[in-house]
Amino acid sequence: MSTETIALSDTQVHLALSHTAIIYLKEAKYEFLKNLRLRVYTASVLSFPIMFYVLFGLVLNSKQAIGGTTVPTYLIATYGTFGVMGASLFGTAAGLASDRGLGWLQVKRASPMPPFAYFAAKVITSMIFSAVIVVALFTLGVALGGVRMPVAYFTKLLGTLVAGSLPFSAMGLALGYFAGPNSAPPTINLIYLPMSFCSGLWVPFMFLPKVVRQIALVLPPYHLSQLALGIVGAGRHESNAAHWEVLLAFTMICLGVARIGFQRDQEKMYG
Amino acid sequence: MIAASKQPQQAEISNSDVIVASLEGVSKNYGSVRALRGVNFGVRAGEVVALLGPNGAGKTTAVKLLLGLMLPNSGRVRVFGGDPTNPGNRMRTGAMLQVGRVPETLRVREHIDLFSTYYRKPLALAEILAAAGLEKLSDRRFSDLSGGQKQRVLFALAICGDPDLLFLDEPTVGLDVEARRMLWDEIRRMVGRGKTVLLTTHYLQEADALADRVAVIHEGEIIAEGSPSEIKAKTAGKRIRCVTSLSVSALRQIAGVTDVKEDREAVELHAAEAEPVVRQLLARDAQLSGLEITSAGLEEAFLALTHDAARNENSSN
Repeated sequence: MSTETIALSDTQVHLALSHTAIIYLKEAKYEFLKNLRLRVYTASVLSFPIMFYVLFGLVLNSKQAIGGTTVPTYLIATYGTFGVMGASLFGTAAGLASDRGLGWLQVKRASPMPPFAYFAAKVITSMIFSAVIVVALFTLGVALGGVRMPVAYFTKLLGTLVAGSLPFSAMGLALGYFAGPNSAPPTINLIYLPMSFCSGLWVPFMFLPKVVRQIALVLPPYHLSQLALGIVGAGRHESNAAHWEVLLAFTMICLGVARIGFQRDQEKMYG
Repeated sequence: MIAASKQPQQAEISNSDVIVASLEGVSKNYGSVRALRGVNFGVRAGEVVALLGPNGAGKTTAVKLLLGLMLPNSGRVRVFGGDPTNPGNRMRTGAMLQVGRVPETLRVREHIDLFSTYYRKPLALAEILAAAGLEKLSDRRFSDLSGGQKQRVLFALAICGDPDLLFLDEPTVGLDVEARRMLWDEIRRMVGRGKTVLLTTHYLQEADALADRVAVIHEGEIIAEGSPSEIKAKTAGKRIRCVTSLSVSALRQIAGVTDVKEDREAVELHAAEAEPVVRQLLARDAQLSGLEITSAGLEEAFLALTHDAARNENSSN
């Protein structure tokens, strides 16, 4: 093989790679814009955690201490988890269920779009919205709630919560494959809201009834919130590795379920 | 190794005998519903073929099979001589499908930008907007478009990659007359650029206006195939409605009458030509009233064609 040929095929590989990269970027960009302009999405996903935080963290209890830190700091971790969970569940499940049920996904599948780009765009968008929520809570806390923490801690908190978007995005994909276009949002709420409560995202864990506290131990949002609380010094001193393991296992289970849904869809069409 | 360093030559498809898309003995069932029954059908390079049939005839199923969105229960689907799901084929194919909901918050140009990215050699945005008649709407959000404008965006997404083969599933369904004619002009422009087009429609008029060849599909089977004028000749017919004292059996005996139906106080006759039948009717019943003559609808035309198909089958047995 001549060197010229190798050089050319290298360029072709580069071109192919950069073309694929551009598709992924554009797909994510427009998924983000689509959701940003979708008032139903931004109103519920962004404003609820922020409103709750302002009300319960800044207006009502801002001077009190809880679990070894101040209420405004504590609630960044818990409402942060709540926000990340909502952004990820709604960001993946609602769109997927609607695209699947109403024909748009078929138009995309008939095009040369790499199928994985579609899912990646939803997950990336969910992570971006998750980051926006956490930064918003933190900014409000610093400005109005006297929250102080080293930059490194905040970076770690942000990274943890944004990474925590992944299990819930996976859960959203699974839901999106089994819910109908109209039933998806109420189904999400039916899971999201009780799960948030039982995980101690609204009422701090130590104030929950004993039965609920036991349920919390098997719920993924509990484990994510404990990781976040641990960073601000308000965790229950359980093993971080165990929390990550639960989240990882949960992610794998959800991806498995999503895969079953994906294959079921293919078979329905390929049957 | 010199060949390897060259750009792969785009296969020329000027030869109109080349079949670019085909269903070979294809059957497709949805549970117990038989959507397609042993369909043989091909589209040659450079031609415009219309799949004509009523709702539920199997048109959309045929298109989805050709797009590789489904697999047949039996038979073979080929596009450009290969599997329709082959990524290389997808690059050369554009599709306009019937969609319940398109992401509404994106602007027209954003939708086009994204789909153009999927293709290696997309048309320029301005060219796509012009071809789909969307120049003045490029900044509009999808939700702010009328039904006809939405159809044009879907058309733009189908053509943005400059595909060699275009599938249009009921491209003008739900459009008013003006919007339909605009889209026809746009489809003709694509054809003028040497593209191959398969469109489905339930309007004979649309098939006639656009297609080189028409395949009539009914209950999952292709029951007639030919040029639009051949199909029109086969499906031509008149419906004669009147109030008469003549009995149904007497009406059936009139030469040229192919079908008689009682409809409340009136009767409806079906005939290839109206004049000789009307002459007979008036001669036999001086009191005849409420006479109306209309062109037979497509439904009757399909019935006539299925009868023909059944008769041919019987006579050949």
